[in-house]
Amino acid sequence: MIAITHVTRRFGRHVAVRDVSLSIAPGESVALWGPNGAGKTTLIRCVLGLIRCSGRIEVAGRSVRRRGKAARRLIGYVPQELGFYDELGVSEAIRYFARLKGLRAVRPAQVLESVGLAGHGAKRVRELSGGMKQRLALAIALLGDPPVLVLDEVTASLDAVGRGEFVRLLEGLSGAGRTLLFASHRIEEVSTLARRVAVLEKGRLSRVQTCADFADSLGRSTMLHLVMPVAVRARAVESLRAVGFPAQLNGVGIVVPVSQDRKAAPFRILADARVPIDDFEIVPVGKAEPGAAHHQGEAR
Amino acid sequence: MTALPASMPAVASAALPRPPGVISSTLTVARRELRDALRSRWFLLYTIAFAALGLGVSFVSAAGTGGTGLSGFGRTTAGLINLILLVVPLMALSAGAASIASDRERGMLAYVLAQPVRTWEILLGKFVGLGASLLASITLGLGACALVLAWKGLRTQPASMLWLAGLALVLALGMLSVGLLISSLARRASVAVGTAIFVWLTLVFVSDLALMAGAVALRLRIEQLFALSLFNPMQVFKMWSLHAADASLDVLGPAALYAVEEHGSRLHALFGACLAAWVLLPLGLAGLCLSRRSPL
Repeated sequence: MIAITHVTRRFGRHVAVRDVSLSIAPGESVALWGPNGAGKTTLIRCVLGLIRCSGRIEVAGRSVRRRGKAARRLIGYVPQELGFYDELGVSEAIRYFARLKGLRAVRPAQVLESVGLAGHGAKRVRELSGGMKQRLALAIALLGDPPVLVLDEVTASLDAVGRGEFVRLLEGLSGAGRTLLFASHRIEEVSTLARRVAVLEKGRLSRVQTCADFADSLGRSTMLHLVMPVAVRARAVESLRAVGFPAQLNGVGIVVPVSQDRKAAPFRILADARVPIDDFEIVPVGKAEPGAAHHQGEAR
Repeated sequence: MTALPASMPAVASAALPRPPGVISSTLTVARRELRDALRSRWFLLYTIAFAALGLGVSFVSAAGTGGTGLSGFGRTTAGLINLILLVVPLMALSAGAASIASDRERGMLAYVLAQPVRTWEILLGKFVGLGASLLASITLGLGACALVLAWKGLRTQPASMLWLAGLALVLALGMLSVGLLISSLARRASVAVGTAIFVWLTLVFVSDLALMAGAVALRLRIEQLFALSLFNPMQVFKMWSLHAADASLDVLGPAALYAVEEHGSRLHALFGACLAAWVLLPLGLAGLCLSRRSPL
């Protein structure tokens, strides 16, 4: 669906993306992984035709350079942070971008409901929170049901709760034959959404791995989902981070990426810190598709 | 390292959505620009100022002309031409300059260009939308003047007023193109608007003085002086609007007299070509700049 062939992009002497080639099949979900400055966003901008690059990029056989408009008609794009026209109404924004995509019969209320923004159509865009703006951007990206979704660190500007909710929303969209290309440096997002991970280092594509292999390579092949009272979550994250576990808040508790042989360690650390755990779930990274085995239990 | 796996399954072209046409995309952008401009406080302020000053000019000149009105080169026409020269280019330049640069500044330009729309369609849409808002402003301003003149019982010629409005619109479109060119080059809206005001000051005040000084210092011949004046759209508008009002161009000095004697009936075409160039060339350059530069 997306073919990136020998793409290079320079900014003066700095090479932001160097000879990257990557092919993404229809319906596949691929994460671009790498630290800040690795070239994830630059590569995404090249795919969208926003910046010029050498090499070739095609979306469903349409060259992004020569047939950019036709290629972008197949893509729904959600940026890192949305700089909307603040005075624009939410429904008005939906209608405007629908027209830009050549869609006439769009019902903003229905579109907004699909991303959990029902009842917000009459508001101005500036009245929406950061998370709501990202949902609006997702609603716009989904207009016309494009076969490809491109997301550029869409949860970077959201708080923990917003991030968890947004990832759950995306999880529901990643099936149904839609191709997904997204940049992230959060293991929990990658493990939830991606089938393959393309690792970028200093502009080079260093490797492409299955999600499970990638998590293994990071030593975090398992995700612990720990459910606990709101009041102790921040303390729990702090305690785990103090000993090197990159714990994150999510909607109902915290998420801790761990290696296979250290699954018990977070429980001990939290017991020492007197953090009560109401429930837990152990999810193997990269096996979160339907049918994958989850281990569940309770700890007191 | 490269990773080009396997064969990519073919995607049936017929099943994929087609992008909208050029006219559809352009009109979509134009409608939004027009709506935004009509809601903008700056647009309202300019329009109210233009209409109020126009009404003032009409009242003052009506009090002194004793019925000459717009039937010939009267005080009203002269006053309105000077008012248009001051207000309309400033309005058009600042509207154009703020347009693209502010979109770029808040990331909106890149976001819109990530949609199935071409750079040229966005530029043309902005030009059409902002041009329509300027037309509305000019119509309101000059319309109010025409009503006052009619109410005061002055003998006005609708054709003269329409000519003046038409020429003001062409001047506005030229300045809008220059504003869009400035905007496509600037990274920040404040820089773009500042540059636009500098260009306006140069065209309205500095270029006249420079031309006069140059004529004396370099002993320019009269045809050279006229040729140089054609490079300033304000001068072209001034000469054309007076010429269209059947007024003698001797009020503008020897260069204008030379123009009448030398070019005679071809003057309309000459002035028209000059202002058309001021509309098309900056717009074309703005399109080139936008398509070559990153929208970020």
